[in-house]
Amino acid sequence: MFVYFIKRLLYALPIAVGVTVFVFSLVYLGGDPLDAVLPDDATAADVQEIKEIYGFDKPLPVQYITWLGRAITGDFGTSIGTGQPVADEISRAIVNTLILAICSALTGFPFAVFLGTLAGYYHGQRADKIVSGFAITGVSVPHYWLAIVLVIVFSVELNILPSLGMGPGGSEDWTLDWAHAKHLILPVIGGSIISMGIIARSMRAAVAEILNQEFVRALRSKGLSESRIAYHVMKNALPSILGVVGLEIGSLMGGSILIETIFSWPGAGFLLNEAIFRRDLPVLQGTILVLAMFFVILNLIVDISQTFVDKRIIRT
Amino acid sequence: MAKIDESFVKVRNLKKYFQTGTAIPFLKSPPAVKAVENVSFDVFKGETLGVVGESGCGKSTVARLLIQLIKPDAGEIIIDGLAVEKRGGISTRDLRHRMQMVFQDSYATLNPRMPIEESIAFGPISNGKKPSEAMLKSKHVMDQVGLDPNIYLHRYPHELSGGQRQRVNIARALAMGPEVIILDEAVSALDKSVEAQVLNLLTDLKSDLKLTYIFISHDLNVVKYISDKVMVMYLGEVVEYGTVEEVYNTPKHPYTEALLASQPSMDPSRKLDTVPITGDPPNPINPPSGCKFHTRCPKVTDMCRTVNPNLQSTNVGNHLSACHLA
Amino acid sequence: MSANINKPRTYWQSVRSRLRRDPVTLSCAGIIIGIVLLSIFAPLIAPANPYDANMLNRLAPIGSPGYPLGADELGRDMLSRLIYGGRISLIMGLLPVFLALLIGASCGIIAGYVGGRTNMLIMRTMDIFYAFPSVMLAIAISGAIGAGIENGLLSLTLVFIPPITRVSESITVQIKSLDFIDAARATGASNSRIILSHIIVNALGPIFIYCTSLVSVSIIIASGLSFLGLGVSPPEADWGLMLSTLRQSIYVNPWVCALPGVMIFTTSLCFNLMSDGLRSAMDVKM
Repeated sequence: MFVYFIKRLLYALPIAVGVTVFVFSLVYLGGDPLDAVLPDDATAADVQEIKEIYGFDKPLPVQYITWLGRAITGDFGTSIGTGQPVADEISRAIVNTLILAICSALTGFPFAVFLGTLAGYYHGQRADKIVSGFAITGVSVPHYWLAIVLVIVFSVELNILPSLGMGPGGSEDWTLDWAHAKHLILPVIGGSIISMGIIARSMRAAVAEILNQEFVRALRSKGLSESRIAYHVMKNALPSILGVVGLEIGSLMGGSILIETIFSWPGAGFLLNEAIFRRDLPVLQGTILVLAMFFVILNLIVDISQTFVDKRIIRT
Repeated sequence: MAKIDESFVKVRNLKKYFQTGTAIPFLKSPPAVKAVENVSFDVFKGETLGVVGESGCGKSTVARLLIQLIKPDAGEIIIDGLAVEKRGGISTRDLRHRMQMVFQDSYATLNPRMPIEESIAFGPISNGKKPSEAMLKSKHVMDQVGLDPNIYLHRYPHELSGGQRQRVNIARALAMGPEVIILDEAVSALDKSVEAQVLNLLTDLKSDLKLTYIFISHDLNVVKYISDKVMVMYLGEVVEYGTVEEVYNTPKHPYTEALLASQPSMDPSRKLDTVPITGDPPNPINPPSGCKFHTRCPKVTDMCRTVNPNLQSTNVGNHLSACHLA
Repeated sequence: MSANINKPRTYWQSVRSRLRRDPVTLSCAGIIIGIVLLSIFAPLIAPANPYDANMLNRLAPIGSPGYPLGADELGRDMLSRLIYGGRISLIMGLLPVFLALLIGASCGIIAGYVGGRTNMLIMRTMDIFYAFPSVMLAIAISGAIGAGIENGLLSLTLVFIPPITRVSESITVQIKSLDFIDAARATGASNSRIILSHIIVNALGPIFIYCTSLVSVSIIIASGLSFLGLGVSPPEADWGLMLSTLRQSIYVNPWVCALPGVMIFTTSLCFNLMSDGLRSAMDVKM
């Protein structure tokens, strides 16, 4: 088992490296990064000086190694826009996005799992049709539009929920009380709706398939109570639940940019948005790198926990 | 050109191990399933060699190794004097013009989206025949297996019964014009009455087309009916080889004896007088030392536990057995 | 003996008859065809010029004379802009998936069939991109290469290649393990012939269905990119872009601002329902 863990770790390593190479090269995809840092009236001497400061005069592999080395120690450079160390900005932003993601996951996902299981159990019947209807609607809705509609309904028309920001005191002073929770409600619904639809559909398919299997019939004929059977069904569905939930948590983190833009929620997505428009390359690279590493680790955790739960999954 | 007393298909020291996981440097290699170990046998032109054994003894693997669907780890396969995939011998591509295979699951071996005609013609077309010639051949072989081409060529596999599908599979093999056909549990999945029809078809085809068969089955009765010679396998090795009379009437290996004895019989006076096999078959990843059968053998001796017996002559014609006590 | 004198039902005929009895899928197909036709014939159907701005009428409510669905923040007719908007939005939704299907399915089928080192190489490379959630990858690539329709198309195509490759590979591996592939190999056919005659025929169905489920994601992400300013630029009519520019005005005329999203939602929902319908008609379990 431990050997398998090591194997998966070794397997994830080249992927992580590949990810860093990709993130590094992103900057060069959009043309010479030099243009982003140069003031308009730069003289040849200025250009040379800036090249040296940022290390653009060195060959690419060296630049990569230097960048990666610094990144590993937590030095992501300085933001072109604000002059602050990128690492600080990123860490604050990531925490805010995590708050949103975790709240979405904790409230929405268990509910989606429950609904999906219900639909699977009542496959083909009224309950299934209702849940499936909601699920497919959730999957199809553009979540940023839904967020706007929610804002229209609850902030503009009814004026009972705020439409901006994280609450009194902003991100520095955040605690879980009603004043702050008010600001969470709309972003959480908007952000998690698609994921909830996906999870509900996956659960439905998984549960329906398991219920069709022979062993369930065998359990029923042994006289097991429905709740005991449900326990066995869930145990069998666990690997695929873990897979989907893991994927969707990643999606929450990665797709947060749209929701955060609408609600001006100062998270990683919001930061990324600003960085893209300011062509603030250190922030851009740093944020994407941190998010990407987060996903690689998340995938690894999901991978291993799936195998933990069901030994048959061991992949070569 | 092979000499008259030389076998048409000669197999020597065939070996195949399957890896169970990927090898990581510096860590112990993952265990291997020893599917086929040192298998040697002969098949003479025009005869039927039956291959029997329990599930997991390696018979299907041997079949796939012969036709090169799996590459052997070691050993030689020689057909009509030509070594397969060796210099001066015969390539896999050409091998398949001389040797074909009929598989067990009649449904799964046909592409569900292809009409029968195309499935049969696929082989010849892939090997360079013109489509019109290949279609003509399809009609011809369908006639040979007793299915009316006009009705069946345009059908899809799911519209045929199991017996009909197996005839199609035989037709498909015939379309390549082989001299040797390997039948891997070809009748095992059929109802008894259908099985009898297909066996009769096979017998007729053999004499009409001068074919050589290698007939793999776990059903001892069927093998006895159709084979001239028989080979018994256990845990990847050949334990006995001889004519059907020799092996069925005077088995020389304890495993063969037990196999024959555990056949249910309709005769109430026939009581078991040999001890049938006890215990479970051992794990092919970690086979027993010495003679692989020693853990279940009623006649086991000390030598059996340490030394693996070779397949050797038992002083009766070509009757070979891999037992120290034979 | 089966005494079927009539010509037997092929697989596709049974699919067609199952679809014919599925009202949901058929209506969705109808709606999508309708939207496509509206987009193609936009110049003939739209009542006004989508670029005609008239500040006097800015944010006119729905039902105003001359502006059946209201006007946007620059006074342009919403109905016309929505109709014209379908063009870009649909292309941004369909084209990337189609291109990614061509590239991804080829990579995946080859990787799945050939196995070994080729498989490892292809799949590990795809894994690097698969590590990113789609939205984020699209934004990262678009953010790097810049805004614009072509860049947006490129970005989305790249985003969809890895999941399609993955699904194609997995399906091919499953098909490859089926006995009829062994039987085909035993006849001595070359790999390319087996892939073409046997594998693709059986794999394309499930792969295609998977891709139809991606179209709605593509439309949503494409509109999302435009929403962030990474896709289409003003003054083009594109549903995502319209959502973005109208957003500032939700306190003035909220319902006009929500309209573009209704189009995105409807199109996306129809594609998803069609995808589900196709899946049951073709009886594919994935």
